[in-house]
Amino acid sequence: MKHLTRRSILAAVPVAALTLKAWPARAANYGPGVTDKEIKLGNTGPYSGPASSYSPVPKAQAAYWKMINDQGGINGRTINFISYDDAYTPPKTVEMVRKLVEEDKVFLVASPLGTPCNSAIWHYMNEKKVPQLFVATGATKWDDPKGHPWTIGWQPNYQSEGRIYATYILKEKSDGKIGVLYQNDDFGKDYVKGVKDGLGDKASMIIVEASYETTDPTVDSQVVDMKAKGVDVFVNTAIPKFAAQAIRKAGEIGWKPLHILSSIGNSVGATLKPAGLENAKDIVSDFYLKDATDPKWKDDAGYKTWAAFMDKYLPDGDKQDQGYVAGASLAAMTAQVLKQCGDELTRENVMKQAGSLHDFTVPMLLPGITCNTTATDFAPVKQVQMAKFDGERWNLFGDLIRGAIG
Amino acid sequence: MTIIPKDDVAAGAVPVTRAIRLRPAVRHYLIAAVIAVAAVIPLVASSFVTFQVTEVMIYGLAILGLNLLIGFNGQFSLGHSAFYGIGAYTTAILMHNYDVAYYWTVPAAGVVCFVVGFLFGLPALRLQNLYLALATFALGNATPQILKFHALESWTGGVQGLVVDQPDPPDFLSFIDGDQWLYYFTLVVILVMFAAAANLIRSRTGRAIMAIRDNSIAASAMGINLSLYKTLTFGVSALYTGVAGALGALAVAFVAPDSFTIFLSISLLVGLVIGGVGSIPGCIFGGLFVLYVPNIANSLSTGLAGAIYGVILLLVVFVMPAGAAGFVRYAAQRLSPRRRNPSTRTEGGMS
Repeated sequence: MKHLTRRSILAAVPVAALTLKAWPARAANYGPGVTDKEIKLGNTGPYSGPASSYSPVPKAQAAYWKMINDQGGINGRTINFISYDDAYTPPKTVEMVRKLVEEDKVFLVASPLGTPCNSAIWHYMNEKKVPQLFVATGATKWDDPKGHPWTIGWQPNYQSEGRIYATYILKEKSDGKIGVLYQNDDFGKDYVKGVKDGLGDKASMIIVEASYETTDPTVDSQVVDMKAKGVDVFVNTAIPKFAAQAIRKAGEIGWKPLHILSSIGNSVGATLKPAGLENAKDIVSDFYLKDATDPKWKDDAGYKTWAAFMDKYLPDGDKQDQGYVAGASLAAMTAQVLKQCGDELTRENVMKQAGSLHDFTVPMLLPGITCNTTATDFAPVKQVQMAKFDGERWNLFGDLIRGAIG
Repeated sequence: MTIIPKDDVAAGAVPVTRAIRLRPAVRHYLIAAVIAVAAVIPLVASSFVTFQVTEVMIYGLAILGLNLLIGFNGQFSLGHSAFYGIGAYTTAILMHNYDVAYYWTVPAAGVVCFVVGFLFGLPALRLQNLYLALATFALGNATPQILKFHALESWTGGVQGLVVDQPDPPDFLSFIDGDQWLYYFTLVVILVMFAAAANLIRSRTGRAIMAIRDNSIAASAMGINLSLYKTLTFGVSALYTGVAGALGALAVAFVAPDSFTIFLSISLLVGLVIGGVGSIPGCIFGGLFVLYVPNIANSLSTGLAGAIYGVILLLVVFVMPAGAAGFVRYAAQRLSPRRRNPSTRTEGGMS
């Protein structure tokens, strides 16, 4: 309240009386965990346990907030970032998030990591009406502003990626016969659903849907079967081990379809090298973040910003690890939402601002990719760019493609 | 403290704590005091602390299940995460798919785990010692993957897991909240289960179970059916851990395969040794350790949490080589006015 007139005071009295019970008068514009000097943020991540290779994601977030604080904080408030180890076990995530919300009284929980861990706190966060901001997982269900208005995702989800492949196929080979290889679980089925939705009434182009179990020894028979049935567009959504087997087998039997590899399997080191780089030539895939190992970004302004942040705040961090790219990007998103909130730091306003991002971008997103959300669209990153593998590295080509749902 | 000679290699390395022999009156007062304190906790503590203490009790119950097997029967298991998981999933599936009331799912989980444990025990108990440890290790490793298996997905929810509704207090107790109600519900189940375990151990059956641990050849010579008792103990042990899993599913309100990895088995085993092998009250100390020590380690340094956990674990093992229960017993003896009487002292490496 900038101008206190008698009328505004009189008008405010009944309102204040009504809200007095819920909100102490002074904190009318502040939610829990916010003062004039500080904003408390909570986070969980796998610092130990089987998934500790993801720990760079929360580490990069902590370092990012340190940088923000060194630069004077957000709107004059320093960020107190409290991050706990959940060892990637859902019960521990529940305990730690309850500690954050009920004991530490954080303002919001920023980018907790892992699909099962976020699933475990999904209902709790929405029941308690605490923002679960930009979760670090790619499942499609985080984009559910109606059912779960306190949870928002970030990265392009698997269904959107599937739609993007469909768009690409319709443009490149609209008379193709499509074969999809997918993992028989939620994320694999997300991809298939996305491709089908993207094809729309042309979904009959899919002539083979072949699944594998993570316990299968190989996917050779699925690949041979696709070739025999005349498939000429191969959508390969397998995890690195099986994606590599499929690429190698296709090379061995001399099958050269239009080969689309999903982003979870497009690592050069984990998939393409074991598959044989010569077999991987001409495969296409999609990207949304800059690959920190790719020398073509050496002189890119966004990469330089990120590299400078790494040198100063995470000098021991391995710049080859894409987790540091993701972590810094996620923290930058939360920082933007807090900036947009201004002095009205309530949890309601956080979700309102998270749902009204306009053409916002962070340094390590591919050039031109922007985050846009609305009150009914909680999928910030919807664009990707296709890339073709030239036998040595991925080369981005074409325009950015949108594939979001809704 | 008495070290009992055993022919069991796996459990032989672990000193077994005998029950603390207090005078019956003192013992009853002590139990009443502990129950009174436990009953007051949710009324004075925050709902988060109430939730944590609920989890401590649940881990304590799971450790008690493991203790019946390792501490009293001398068999080894690295697969109790599987029984904990099966118990949790039984509750989740019954509530989620069949709308069964939560209180029926807890005994159901116990029955399911007893049957699974008994059936697993039949062939597995032909294996001795370390080989049994390996067989149960395989079970613990396999369970998360089986839970993800797609043929079972319509039941288990696959990798996504299942959401469980947290139980509401009954109408006549509507003045307490969900966390408090779950605490009291868990407390009652735990008290019944601990009392049952104490009675079992004091019974003829309990003596047979311990005789097998102490010397299986002698036990066999005295007419104890080794394979039957060993298999039954395995089933009962699985039942206890399964009931703990069911309560755990209610407390966390979510189950997923990643909650029940082999690391859970190892945590329970650590809790067992810390609490005191072969001690029933010690299991609660084990539960405290399992829940709080990782948090303490994490609060000292996030980056070195694992190393700090290790240091705390080593310190505890050095200070309390017979676990928390053995330490309490030792302290009680030291403080007792009768301690100079050699007949009340026990031999062993404690002094």
